[in-house]
Amino acid sequence: MSRRTPAEYADTSSWSYHVDDRFYAELARQSALLREDWPDAGVAEIVEAQSFLAREARLVDVGRFNDWLEQFTDDCLYWVPVTAGAGDPTVEVSHAFDDRRRLTDRVYWLRTGLAFSQIPASRTRRLIGNVETTVDPVTDERLIRSTFVVHELRAGVTKTYPGWYGHVLRRTGDGWRIKLKQVNLLESDQIHENLTLVF
Amino acid sequence: MTVSRDLPAVAPAPGRTDYAALVREDRVHRSVYTEQHIFDEEMVKVFGGRSWVYLAHESQLPEPNSFRSVRMGLRPVIVTRDRRGDLHAVFNRCSHRAATLCREESGTAKSFQCPYHGWTFRNTGELVGTPWPKGFGPSFDKSEHGLHKVARVESYRGFVFGTLNESAPSVVDWLGPAAGWLDYWVDRAPGGEVVVRSAAHRMGYRGNWKLAYDNAGDGYHPAFSHRSLLEMASRMGDAKDMAYFGRSPDEGPMRTYMLGNGHSVIDQRPNYDGPGSFWANQRPQPGREWFEEKIRAEHGADADRLLDLTIGSQINLSIFPNLLVIGNQIQVIEPLGVDRTQLTWHATTIGGVPPEVNTMRMRTQEDFPAFGEPDDQANFEEVQRGLAAPEAEWVLMNRGLDVPGWQEVGPDGVVSSTATDELHMRRYYAAWLEMMSEGTAR
Repeated sequence: MSRRTPAEYADTSSWSYHVDDRFYAELARQSALLREDWPDAGVAEIVEAQSFLAREARLVDVGRFNDWLEQFTDDCLYWVPVTAGAGDPTVEVSHAFDDRRRLTDRVYWLRTGLAFSQIPASRTRRLIGNVETTVDPVTDERLIRSTFVVHELRAGVTKTYPGWYGHVLRRTGDGWRIKLKQVNLLESDQIHENLTLVF
Repeated sequence: MTVSRDLPAVAPAPGRTDYAALVREDRVHRSVYTEQHIFDEEMVKVFGGRSWVYLAHESQLPEPNSFRSVRMGLRPVIVTRDRRGDLHAVFNRCSHRAATLCREESGTAKSFQCPYHGWTFRNTGELVGTPWPKGFGPSFDKSEHGLHKVARVESYRGFVFGTLNESAPSVVDWLGPAAGWLDYWVDRAPGGEVVVRSAAHRMGYRGNWKLAYDNAGDGYHPAFSHRSLLEMASRMGDAKDMAYFGRSPDEGPMRTYMLGNGHSVIDQRPNYDGPGSFWANQRPQPGREWFEEKIRAEHGADADRLLDLTIGSQINLSIFPNLLVIGNQIQVIEPLGVDRTQLTWHATTIGGVPPEVNTMRMRTQEDFPAFGEPDDQANFEEVQRGLAAPEAEWVLMNRGLDVPGWQEVGPDGVVSSTATDELHMRRYYAAWLEMMSEGTAR
């Protein structure tokens, strides 16, 4: 959380004061870090990372979106870039650039029962592999990258979305929480039909 | 085993379609959305055969020798600037054996060399070289084998259009009153500088391309189609942008204006009151509170203008057949097949503003593509499914027809009506019918 955030904006599901120029600068730094070569991690770190990703994947795949939302920090970002390699969000649009408020909106929107693009709702199941992990030397946060394949069935049509995740996790009293989830779709800048599923 | 007989060399042509029987005053026949042969004819006649179609924005061709690959209907086309900066458009189709020459989306090139046999063409279309030319007989004349050119390419305020019709009116005449609405949209940017960014939402749906055009001028659907968005926006109490569509929209101050040649516009601005009102009514974007505080602290009396520039134009301008100027986006309808369409939303930045204004524009331009447009496109797909029933032949477009007091003629001769009138469909189908009937006795 930014030190400068006034008290009245502390609830980030309703307010977004903290997404400022420093937020974008930190995002660019960590986005680059997620693309660097990392030293080998120990078995315990890998297993811990895999367990976290598997649990998060299951919450999405079974549609427990409120529980999924609880996995994120107050200053989180769920980011699905359009540009291959992620690009520059200060001058480019994304499929999703969700701070806590927008992510809360997204979950609320999915649950209105009025989003015709999600009637019927997407059924998804995802495979995650190639898990690597290291520590951000500046913030001490946990970095994880992994490769995914999301299978989706909706309205009688099955689709496949391959790509890779970059996660930045922060240790809290309740365990790991997601500060950044960057979803790098292989076909991010190509034609998509109904991209309303959660990655 | 069955004995196959030789097929005739040319398949028998289907009888000429009587298009006038398919478009009536209050309804249109399902077949215009479902029939392959009608789609094939549209791709020739509606998409550049007779009239203008939108090709690209000048900011996507920023310097001499820039090029950009686009589609003109189904034709692969390269829009180019020559070394002096003048605009051209050529078919991306080698005059030798038909391979596409240019396989990149954009870049700079003085010439294009076919990757198949190496024929080389200037970016203005002339054939300049064929490998080992002695293999062609004495009758071979290079000047006869240039690339097929789009007959005319003209730009209006950065919007580049092309036509295969040498005798088409000028773009500005064809736009007619629509030009003034484009002026409003462009002139919101200080100095009129609009830049199309490389990241675009390329959305596809399994339905006919006209379903997108039907909907773009439809002020009747938002209260129903966008209920999820309106409901989401009221999560924190107050209703936001577009809620006015749901409040007895027939009586609202919004108008739809018929601009000729199938063009129209819905003006949502009467729902707003004064500087800062666009900003105040926008669903909250990431970083909104910090941004507003910064802009107000640094720009004082000019803050409301800058805040409003991060929000859409509040007009929905439809330029037939393939350009939709909505919000701050330039949308292009790209038909892929009779029941498959790409709708590309090009996001824009503007010149002459602090950089954080453009960043907030990006966040605003992510809102509707995420929470609005998918519900529209889900409905387009379900329309296409509904159209599969052959016995139910007609699609209605009769809302507002003969309703006393709805339509009126302005001092400029432009017909307008309440935004929930289906006049947009009736008018553009009249233009469509005229184009499609070209070359037939009527």
